[in-house]
Amino acid sequence: MTTPLAGYLLVAALLFAIGLAGALTRRNAILVLIGIELMLNAANLNLIAFWRFGPHPELLTGMMFAIFSIAVAAAEAAVGLGLVISIYRHTNTTDLDKMNRMKG
Amino acid sequence: MKVLIQAFNSVPCQPTMHCNAPEIVDLLWLIPVAPIVASGVISLLKQPQRKTAAALAIGSLSLSLLLSLIAFYHVVVRWAQGSVAREFINFTWLRFGSSTVDLGWVLDPLAAVMLVMVSFVGLLIFVYSVGYMAHDENFTRFFCFMSLFAGAMLGVVISNSLLLLFMCWEIVGLTSYLLIGFWYQKPSAAAAAKKAFVTTRVGDIFFLLGIVWLFSQTGTLLFYNHGIGSLEPLALSVLLTQHAAFGLSAAGAIGLLIFAGAAGKSGQLPLHVWLPDAMEGPTPVSALIHAATMVAAGVFLVARVYPLMAAGMPPIKFGYATTPSLAVVTWIGAATAVFAALIAVAQNDIKRILAYSTVSQLGYMMAGLGIGGVAVGMFHLITHAFFKALLFLGAGSVIHGCHEEQDIRRMGGLKADMPLTFITYAIGMLALCGFPLVFSGFWSKDGILDAAFLWHPSNAPFWLLLFGALLTAFYMTRQVCYVFFGYWRGGRPAHESSRVMTLPLVILAFFALVLGFIGTPVWPWFRAFIENQTAAFHIHAFMEPGMLLLMLTSSLVVFLGLGLGWWLYDNKTPKPEAPDALERLAPWLWAPLRDRLYVDEFYGVTVIAFYARWTRVADWLDRRVWGGIVALVAWLFGLWARLNRFLDIHWVDGSFDKTCEELSSGGGLLSRVESGRVQNYLRILAAAVVVLAAILLWSSRP
Amino acid sequence: MSPIFYILAALTIAGGLATVLLKHLVHSALAVSVAFAGLALLYLELDAQFAGFAQILVYIGAVAILIVFAILLTRGAERPQDGVFSRTWFVGLVIAAAVFAVLAWTVMQSIRAVLQQTAIPAVTVRDIGNALVGRYVLPLEIVALLLTAATIGAVIVAMHEKERPKP
Repeated sequence: MTTPLAGYLLVAALLFAIGLAGALTRRNAILVLIGIELMLNAANLNLIAFWRFGPHPELLTGMMFAIFSIAVAAAEAAVGLGLVISIYRHTNTTDLDKMNRMKG
Repeated sequence: MKVLIQAFNSVPCQPTMHCNAPEIVDLLWLIPVAPIVASGVISLLKQPQRKTAAALAIGSLSLSLLLSLIAFYHVVVRWAQGSVAREFINFTWLRFGSSTVDLGWVLDPLAAVMLVMVSFVGLLIFVYSVGYMAHDENFTRFFCFMSLFAGAMLGVVISNSLLLLFMCWEIVGLTSYLLIGFWYQKPSAAAAAKKAFVTTRVGDIFFLLGIVWLFSQTGTLLFYNHGIGSLEPLALSVLLTQHAAFGLSAAGAIGLLIFAGAAGKSGQLPLHVWLPDAMEGPTPVSALIHAATMVAAGVFLVARVYPLMAAGMPPIKFGYATTPSLAVVTWIGAATAVFAALIAVAQNDIKRILAYSTVSQLGYMMAGLGIGGVAVGMFHLITHAFFKALLFLGAGSVIHGCHEEQDIRRMGGLKADMPLTFITYAIGMLALCGFPLVFSGFWSKDGILDAAFLWHPSNAPFWLLLFGALLTAFYMTRQVCYVFFGYWRGGRPAHESSRVMTLPLVILAFFALVLGFIGTPVWPWFRAFIENQTAAFHIHAFMEPGMLLLMLTSSLVVFLGLGLGWWLYDNKTPKPEAPDALERLAPWLWAPLRDRLYVDEFYGVTVIAFYARWTRVADWLDRRVWGGIVALVAWLFGLWARLNRFLDIHWVDGSFDKTCEELSSGGGLLSRVESGRVQNYLRILAAAVVVLAAILLWSSRP
Repeated sequence: MSPIFYILAALTIAGGLATVLLKHLVHSALAVSVAFAGLALLYLELDAQFAGFAQILVYIGAVAILIVFAILLTRGAERPQDGVFSRTWFVGLVIAAAVFAVLAWTVMQSIRAVLQQTAIPAVTVRDIGNALVGRYVLPLEIVALLLTAATIGAVIVAMHEKERPKP
């Protein structure tokens, strides 16, 4: 019944790593953003886990943090995807390997 | 003007007084400086400005003559009053540390007579040169050099410092070189000038050694300096006590070294070889320099340093004693007298005969100095200056009139063609021979013979000098017969010279006659003047034991010589190619005499050959060894330069280039970080975080 | 560890893996929705009910839709020519693995200081609302500002350039 904190933390870490791997290895820009969302979610899981297992859960610190994180993540996803769309309009591609205009 | 008034004033300026009015001794420096300044100005003139040059030279020397006459008068006045006749002015020239080098000038009887003689004879010769050198295009240069010479000679005369004397001595030698080689395009003239300079240099080396020794021993080179001069008793006593080699004292040794310098300038025996060759110069040069003045400078030098050489002379009752150095002077002088007279017998060039005659007479003067002292030698110097200058100028007149012919075998019969020249030349010739009573040469030569007879160490110089007098009469008669008697054997007919040339001859002839009277035994004015005693009439001088006999002997010798010459040569007019009368008589004697007793050949074989060998060695050394070293150094430098170039290209440039390449490629490498690809940036970020976290965690392990 | 946890964890991880590994973009979008769902259930498991429901509402309900829209607008449904993975995908994998290693090591290192599960907190929505306007009013307002700015910004960024934005 009692799952130790370490379990949640490990899950979060794994999810974080998976999200990072996705962000680092896939070509498509949207998938990079998806990977970033996964990383954010993993961090949220960490927050909630620590809220649950920490002292004074009645202060709602962890939960509040997580909620705000969700809100900010949503806003950021919107803006990021808007950027991807805009870039797609300009360069007609979403392939990150091809986007090296800032090279040098 | 003040000076003139002062000079005529009979209040003399004592050496210990401070005089406010300028004395002649204060202005004495003008006497040599005026001609030297004139020479400097003339050197800046252009060639066509002849009149200016001649005017400057004659004017400056006239000024010197005027001042010399004033000085002479001044000294005579002082002497007549019985006060010390020597005045001098010294000044400091160089100062190093606590010691100084002083120069100065002196006015005493010796200097006074020399001043008058040099400036007077010089002035006459300058006037003569205006006529003689009129056709020469280098007229201006001639007067420049002559003026310089006159100034330097006058500087030698008044110098109170051995150093100043030496400096003027060297200038005199320089001008002699310049004037002998005046017609330098002639190779024989250039060679003669070089010979003169080198030969006198040999003497000057010893002279310089003497100067250095004197300075080191006495600490001063001034002759007279209020008791501490080098010729004054204090210094002389110091020098006498020191001993040099061969039993000489330091005084005697220094005197001999100085005599070596005088021997070079005055053409004494080993160093006489330059004088006959010096006849390559123009005749006025021969007259002034090589008869009257420059060669007399050597005699004057010995007279000046006589106290040095006579130091330690043993006192004797009657006759003349000697010191070792004075004995050397006497022997060399006597030997020279005879040697040169022998050679003069067999010469055919009119000037060369006179040149050897000069050498011979210089020997007389040296012998006179050595035996009888300053007065005896100087008297003959003064008289000789006049009649030898007369003879040379007369010879110049003859040469000029015979259209530059100098061989006496091609002359003859000039008695009729050039009467004035003949008369004056005859007067000079008789004075040189020492014709009794009327001519000055008789009295001066007799003074020397008289002293020689009474010389303590030996009688031999007397007989040598007597023999020399015989030869003198003989060869002069020969010359006069060849030139003036007989028939004309030359080309174009001869003509008398212009007035500007004959006037000085007349003036000199006058003095050749008159000067004798100041040195007769009856009234030995000259001797008394020089030696600072009173001059009085000694009518009974002729009654002294040997005096009459001596006068008779010397007269007989002169007549004998004249007679021999006349017998062999008189009016006979041998063809130029025919052998000489004496040659026919004694050919074994004639050949060596004509070949100048092989002295030049001897030098050629020994000294010159020696130097030629060492010149070759030095040349080889310079060319191969030093030149080789220089070439080696140059080659090494070239090698070094190539090495540097190599290093520069490969290392310096190369390293720099390499660095730039590395930087460039490094930049290229680093720029790969900025790929412009977002994912790469992200990767780097993540990797950095990992590393950072690992470090932090590792370091905070419990 | 309770079995529920294992199932939920597996679900979430699988969803995440699927997201990253699937080639078709829309499949990845759907897979990430599954991951979001798994996470929401994990929140519920951790007694953070509000967070769980907020997760479902926001993430699955908005973000995932947003992603699908973006895929639609960028023609991501088409098969890419060069392959879905980057040329240097291995480096990325290594780095991600390193990150996981560090994080896991940290967690395992601090296992001695593990916190025990405490009593279930009694959290009501009313408490959350009180906290939002009480203690956390400032972050609330700032997030509101942020959301406004993000909205406007996204519109401006993604807009066609020819049209002027309607105020």
